[in-house]
Amino acid sequence: MEKVIVVENLTKKFGNFTAVDHISFEVERGEIFGFLGANGAGKTTAMRMLCGLSIPTSGKGFVAGFDIHTQSEQVKKNIGYMSQKFALSEDLKVWENIRLFAGIYGVPEKKIALKTDELLKRLGFESERDTLVKSLPLGWKQKLAFSVAIFHEPKVVFLDEPTGGVDPATRRQFWELIYQAADRGITVFVTTHYMDEAEYCDRVSIMVDGRIDALDSPKNLKNEFNANNMDEVFHQLARKAKRVDR
Amino acid sequence: MEEQNINPAPSIHCESLSKSYGKVEALKNISFNVEKGEIFGIIGPDGAGKTTLFRILTTLLLADSGTAIVDGFDVVKNYREIRNRVGYVPGRFSLYQDLTVEENLNFFATVFNTSIAENYELIKDIYQQIEPFKTRRAGKLSGGMKQKLALSCALIHKPSVLFLDEPTTGVDPVSRKEFWSMLKKLKEQGITILVSTPYMDEASLCDRIALIQNGQFLKIDTPQNIVKQFGNALLAVRSDSMSKLLKDLRENELTKSCFAFGDKHHVTIQDSAFKIQHLKEYLEQKGHTSIEIEFIEPGIEDCFMELSQR
Repeated sequence: MEKVIVVENLTKKFGNFTAVDHISFEVERGEIFGFLGANGAGKTTAMRMLCGLSIPTSGKGFVAGFDIHTQSEQVKKNIGYMSQKFALSEDLKVWENIRLFAGIYGVPEKKIALKTDELLKRLGFESERDTLVKSLPLGWKQKLAFSVAIFHEPKVVFLDEPTGGVDPATRRQFWELIYQAADRGITVFVTTHYMDEAEYCDRVSIMVDGRIDALDSPKNLKNEFNANNMDEVFHQLARKAKRVDR
Repeated sequence: MEEQNINPAPSIHCESLSKSYGKVEALKNISFNVEKGEIFGIIGPDGAGKTTLFRILTTLLLADSGTAIVDGFDVVKNYREIRNRVGYVPGRFSLYQDLTVEENLNFFATVFNTSIAENYELIKDIYQQIEPFKTRRAGKLSGGMKQKLALSCALIHKPSVLFLDEPTTGVDPVSRKEFWSMLKKLKEQGITILVSTPYMDEASLCDRIALIQNGQFLKIDTPQNIVKQFGNALLAVRSDSMSKLLKDLRENELTKSCFAFGDKHHVTIQDSAFKIQHLKEYLEQKGHTSIEIEFIEPGIEDCFMELSQR
């Protein structure tokens, strides 16, 4: 199986503070990998390193086949990224947003036009082509933002709390899009505070104080921690955190 | 007064509140009461109108029509009175980033003509958790600490009503639990709390809730009553192939709706004569194995989806 993310003893220090403390894991092609942890556990720092935005203090990391130390520009070109805070340009139309982000990722002009039609059809957004993004309902924006993030068919897409504040029905439709992307072979690396969403992942890691304290399928984690659901697993682990600084 | 007042005046009373921004109707004809000492939750997704409602009740925004009374005062005519009596924590962190923890708290105490010492008892439980960092600038605090400071600042003048707009958004499940136990303690001190949240699982921690979507209340009641009024049979179903199961369940003619819920799918059923055995046979025909089907009690999230689809 192709490894899309390989991380070995990855560490990041800020002065005396070790934000990420020797984490190691691998993620396979087409896998949905849940990256959980309490606020302040080090998730964002780890994710920034994997996206080529922050240089590790020590340890190795390869994303989409590129070294995060020496090939961070290549890493950025070959991943997709979406968060609730960073998504679309509100003052551009739907098609303009698709064109903007596809252009940034270097998708050829002809291909953009063709794939835009395809995408709008698949999402059922054909009639919204010329709508300003700011006037779309939140749920539609999130779906469009995700589709834009994987428009250039990256090997892996990073989703940072993609469903925060979204209504329950749309949240589930969003996960159906994630499944479709994974079926097409795109690896999905996702953080969430909704523990029911942790159950939808193939495997889940839980960070505590900069370390990965647990990593397995939801089913195995529930067995291991003798828990009924992922919420209980999370509570058992996160309660052990020593960092008071959250 | 001689007569016993069984129903004292509510802490918050709203009647037919409406507010539009251009063509967008943010609030449509909202009416509700919050009793003294109640924890009342406004529960719904982003863009439902929660913040607009909070801003009207805290006198920061004028409604287009309707009236609102907070702690006995009209939000338009007596807005100054209200500002002295309520505490407000907006969704976006809005303390002074360049002041330290202690300076922020001191500032708010002074603005309200009081001192930290005078009301220390009220904020003690919360403030003590951040007191070791009292010389740190607010802008340098972590999310959870900012939230505790914001809450301390909103409480320092001993408000009778506390408005918390999405205090737990983006907060991890463990910290959210801690936050709610702080609210329980404030309630015991007699403070009325209006709190909004997009997390449906927090509904059960409120005395009463309003489910809000597209500027309208779908329902106002206790969480227990809302669950009781669900009105459909609800099943939890699982098998070895969950994504195929979702499709097959939706294609079944008895299915009214079907959604993924963690490691199971929840299915609402049309027919009162429904038998689990029939569904099991149907799924076996579709090739599913390790099938588990059981009737379950709905949660608030089930109710929200049911109500919002009507």
